[in-house]
Amino acid sequence: MAFSPQTAKPLNALAEVLLRDDDNTLTRGERELIGAYVSSLNDCFFCQNVHGAMAQYYMNCDMEFIDEIKKDFQSVPISEKLKVLLSIAASVQKGGKNVTAGQIEEAKNLGATDKEIHDTVLIAAAFCMFNRYVDGLATWAPQDRQFYVNRAPMRAEEGYADLDLYK
Amino acid sequence: MAHIKVPEGVPGIRSLVMFRPETGKHLYDLAQILLRGESPLLEAERELIAAYVSYRNNCTFCWNSHAAAARCLYGDEKNIVDETLKNMQRSNISDKMKALLNIAARVQVLGKEVKPEDIKAARELGANDREIHDTVLIAATFSMFNRYVDGLASFTPTDPEEYNAMGKRMAEKGYVMPPQSK
Repeated sequence: MAFSPQTAKPLNALAEVLLRDDDNTLTRGERELIGAYVSSLNDCFFCQNVHGAMAQYYMNCDMEFIDEIKKDFQSVPISEKLKVLLSIAASVQKGGKNVTAGQIEEAKNLGATDKEIHDTVLIAAAFCMFNRYVDGLATWAPQDRQFYVNRAPMRAEEGYADLDLYK
Repeated sequence: MAHIKVPEGVPGIRSLVMFRPETGKHLYDLAQILLRGESPLLEAERELIAAYVSYRNNCTFCWNSHAAAARCLYGDEKNIVDETLKNMQRSNISDKMKALLNIAARVQVLGKEVKPEDIKAARELGANDREIHDTVLIAATFSMFNRYVDGLASFTPTDPEEYNAMGKRMAEKGYVMPPQSK
């Protein structure tokens, strides 16, 4: 992003509204979780740790809980609706056409609104972009997971819009 | 039919950004800066990268619309667009573009698929940091747009004339948010 500030601007603005805007019936924790989950499917260390730490911070749980969700979300005590949204996100990660009408119907039956479905798909799609951007240019990522956990409160406070990654 | 209630008859990403303009405007800003902003790559070349990645992602709406835009921008050389989509290695584009499209194809699979030798090959053919950056970001961005458009099953026209018209508008006007309906 420091290399290309002009493209960083809409990328950060997109992250800000998608993940942090509170005018959303999906909580910040749920949205960060979807991002972290997709990033783990894409094997992107940086993104899954940044957003896993954010999810853990918002959901007030520990990293083991987030890791369990990444491993097998069906067996974790999260809402049935969130489980279906995660399965939709997993389908998007493979390719848009993998999302089935059955998954959408199940989500709606469990109370998911059009906006929640839209945001789930867009978050999953956006992380398929962010993960490729970060890994495609082989950017450096701190390897200590605690680093991301330590920064989560600050990121929660400051958001993504005027991102200064060197702070 | 789309998976969510979007404006009827409006195709592809346009219907989705009308449904949710708060995110849509940043998507359009990104497309405008990436595909029409300053870059050592020509607009035509950037549209070709977008079409190529979308074609590989089997996203009918995106590859057809961006191929149409690329054909407009390539002008007399427009045949190169379909040549490249059909068989990139044997098309008449420059070797540097082939190396960049190879990088785009790797990104399309996954970021980690880009290997140092792919970057080296592009550099040896004259690609600079900016060109490599833009190629990777376009490929990554279209990996998002393709999933967004197909993930919500947005309306995909089948008439080539509709794509020609879209391509012309994209080539001439760029990426402008549709007016909001109330």
